[in-house]
Amino acid sequence: MCLGIPGEIVEILSDHPDLAMVDVCGVKRAINIGLLEGQLVVPGDWILIHVGFAMSKIDEVEARAALDFLESIGQAYEDEIAALRESTIGEG
Amino acid sequence: MRFVDEYRDAEKARTLAARIAALCEPGRDYKFMEVCGGHTHTIYKHGLEDYLPEAVTLVHGPGCPVCVIPMGRVDDAIHIAEQPDVIMTSFGDMMRVPGGNGSFLDAKARGADIRMVYSPLDALKIARKNPGRRVVFMAIGFETTAPSTAMTVLRAEAEGIGNFSVFCNHVTIIPAIKAILDSPDLRLDGFIGPGHVSTVIGCRPYGFVARAYGRPLVVAGFEPLDVLHTVYRILVQLSEGRSEVENQYARVVPWDGNPKALRVIGQVMELRPYFEWRGLGFISQSALRLTERYAAFDAERIFRIPGGRVADPKACQCGEVLKGVLKPWECKVFGTACTPETPIGTCMVSSEGACAAYYDFGRFSRERVKEATRR
Amino acid sequence: MSDGRDGTGRGGDHGVREMDPPRSPGVEPQAADPKDLRNMRERERDRERQVLDRIERVRRRGARVREDRVTLAHGAGGKATHTLIEAVFLESFRNPMLELLEDGAVADGLAFTTDAFVVTPLFFPGGDIGDLAVNGTVNDLAMCGARPRYLSAGFILEEGFPVADLRRVAASMAEAARAAGVWIVTGDTKVVERGKADGCYVTTSGIGTLDRPVRLSAASARPGDAVIVSGPIGEHGITVMLARGELDIEADLRSDTAPLNTLVDALLDACGGGTDGTGTGTGSGGNGGGAVRCLRDATRGGVATVVNEIAEASRVAVILDEDAVPVRPAVRGACELLGIDPLYVACEGRMVAVVAGDSADAALAALRSHPLGSEAAIIGRINDDPPGLVLLRTSFGGTRIVDLLVGDPLPRIC
Repeated sequence: MCLGIPGEIVEILSDHPDLAMVDVCGVKRAINIGLLEGQLVVPGDWILIHVGFAMSKIDEVEARAALDFLESIGQAYEDEIAALRESTIGEG
Repeated sequence: MRFVDEYRDAEKARTLAARIAALCEPGRDYKFMEVCGGHTHTIYKHGLEDYLPEAVTLVHGPGCPVCVIPMGRVDDAIHIAEQPDVIMTSFGDMMRVPGGNGSFLDAKARGADIRMVYSPLDALKIARKNPGRRVVFMAIGFETTAPSTAMTVLRAEAEGIGNFSVFCNHVTIIPAIKAILDSPDLRLDGFIGPGHVSTVIGCRPYGFVARAYGRPLVVAGFEPLDVLHTVYRILVQLSEGRSEVENQYARVVPWDGNPKALRVIGQVMELRPYFEWRGLGFISQSALRLTERYAAFDAERIFRIPGGRVADPKACQCGEVLKGVLKPWECKVFGTACTPETPIGTCMVSSEGACAAYYDFGRFSRERVKEATRR
Repeated sequence: MSDGRDGTGRGGDHGVREMDPPRSPGVEPQAADPKDLRNMRERERDRERQVLDRIERVRRRGARVREDRVTLAHGAGGKATHTLIEAVFLESFRNPMLELLEDGAVADGLAFTTDAFVVTPLFFPGGDIGDLAVNGTVNDLAMCGARPRYLSAGFILEEGFPVADLRRVAASMAEAARAAGVWIVTGDTKVVERGKADGCYVTTSGIGTLDRPVRLSAASARPGDAVIVSGPIGEHGITVMLARGELDIEADLRSDTAPLNTLVDALLDACGGGTDGTGTGTGSGGNGGGAVRCLRDATRGGVATVVNEIAEASRVAVILDEDAVPVRPAVRGACELLGIDPLYVACEGRMVAVVAGDSADAALAALRSHPLGSEAAIIGRINDDPPGLVLLRTSFGGTRIVDLLVGDPLPRIC
């Protein structure tokens, strides 16, 4: 029941209230965006889909920040290891 | 797939794994509970435990809404399904959950019209197409799914679809977490917090976990990197002597939740005084039902359900597994009398159930598996 | 109100009650000494290992059908189907040929097979029930290493079924038979009342000649062998699922239904199979000079089911590499939306081939040189341990089991 999938809005359907066409890897499905009332939703936005409804807009800035953090600890980790190696060599 | 593949990156996983190992105090074991069934599924599906040091154990919690449905409610649903002209609709997971007298699949084999749907809107569509039949939607799930059910009821009302109703079994997450924290037998160090429930209720409701119970709770996404990142953040808190609520899943979860979703739940549903959870007993203020105003869409009012309480089979230890007190393989009937093909309890049926996840994905000695799959 | 909605007024005086105390001994206390911790973990691992051994013993016990009635799960191609076949049909018909449970029976230089088709809807992008009916049986014969020759076709038609649709199905079958080089030489037609057949059901049986002295079998896989799939998986099952129109999902997908006999010829020409001693690769085990151990078309239950059958029959482990399994983006997207694993989704024109390790490259080249195998890929290898299990190395770098399917996520797709 926790199954939520990110999808991209490709079209707001004008003839149906609350419906948008969403694309997941080339597969299109009409999704109800009624729960996003009050938020601006346009083609190109990414949303989280759950049982046929959009639950939330995906915040691309936050998404990038999370990945950047993970990359940074990777780099920081490597720097630390390098520093450690150098200091051991220095002592040796 | 965007927003999915990036969070399955093995290299970042290795870095995080090293960081996690470094944060573990020597001689100390850590137990973190992942509340959501979806997290249990992710952990096993991607083999996440391979990245965790021995000191860290992940304990599976009661956040599997299929798993906590008592057998009596399954019987009630089947009773409704067997009424004349009824089309019962349900998510796939419910089809094999055993009640006192078999599952939906068994009832279907006996002649009941039970159909699998992927959305409550699909059920509404079936109601539109079959005006002579009474279509019932088996509504299950935590606060994640409740707004969708509520929106569907509102749509049915707006369109005047009179042959559609909902058998409401929505439950709420906070009482479940509180029940876990109050359980005398479980020592947990932190929580991998519910992901999609939080898109609705936000992160504030978990405050009591950090303040009153002193445990960190980090709201987590569902990709494997999200879960690993969350474990890392919990360990950072512990190493710094903090206990706070954090939001690892900020790309999807707004701190204040979804106001519209909360409004529609409030409009269409209300809290039941108490509700029985399989294996956990009765918990007050823990489940939802339709309000009087929406009685015309409430299957419990339309159909007279037996409402019987069916005791779990004596051999079933789902309760302990759901509370995280027992690991799946510690249940006496795990894998022998209770298998995915012949389930005794719900934990073995749902794709988010801890037993099903362990049996389907993790059921092997990790050393032998690592040995066999080494490149 | 004592109508049961609030849990009042029934069976006993259970008022409001918080959680029952747990019945188990619960969690062990925290150990302070690192050595105690290690011992504790070791003891727990031992207990877990004992439980897992017990489970393995239970899984090896004979099949028993516990249900009173047939359910849709029995038709999924997974555990329930296997149990039904073993406990009901094998029990009744028991003979050495049937016990092998291969895709076809082989005797006297001939291969013989049968298949029934109940797909709904009858017509879908990429084909129809007629295509499936011919290609399905042609493929089962090809998987035995036989040259498909003659088919029979039995029709069960529902009263009211449009003759125009029947003509379409027959035309598809004729075209598919031409493409595969087979003749439909005998058949039968029955009509049942409205409501009793959902349009049209077709059964085809087929005879093929074993022109090559090959011996292909699911029991012939050996450690070191490579597991190859002939192309992207899951297209048929998802196409049919979407064609039902219940899901409002649009995708640019077509069924992959196709006759695989010429593809098999290309592979066996290059690598040899079983005891014929031709082709490259020495391999190991009792199959003489041929490098191809086994061929299976991945229909109901998908690739996962096929490799599980091979792991079980050969008592070997199959280790799959998730990154190596070809899946079209649209199939992946649809599977994510529906919560289905592509490994379990049916194909109708893809096969899994197990070949000797040192012939893997030659096999791949042979498959890729044929239009139906242009996207063939090596997706895994055979190991000796753990026997009977299929393991997956996930894209994430972890490992997990790929078990036989339980239940039926996609009913009536072939």
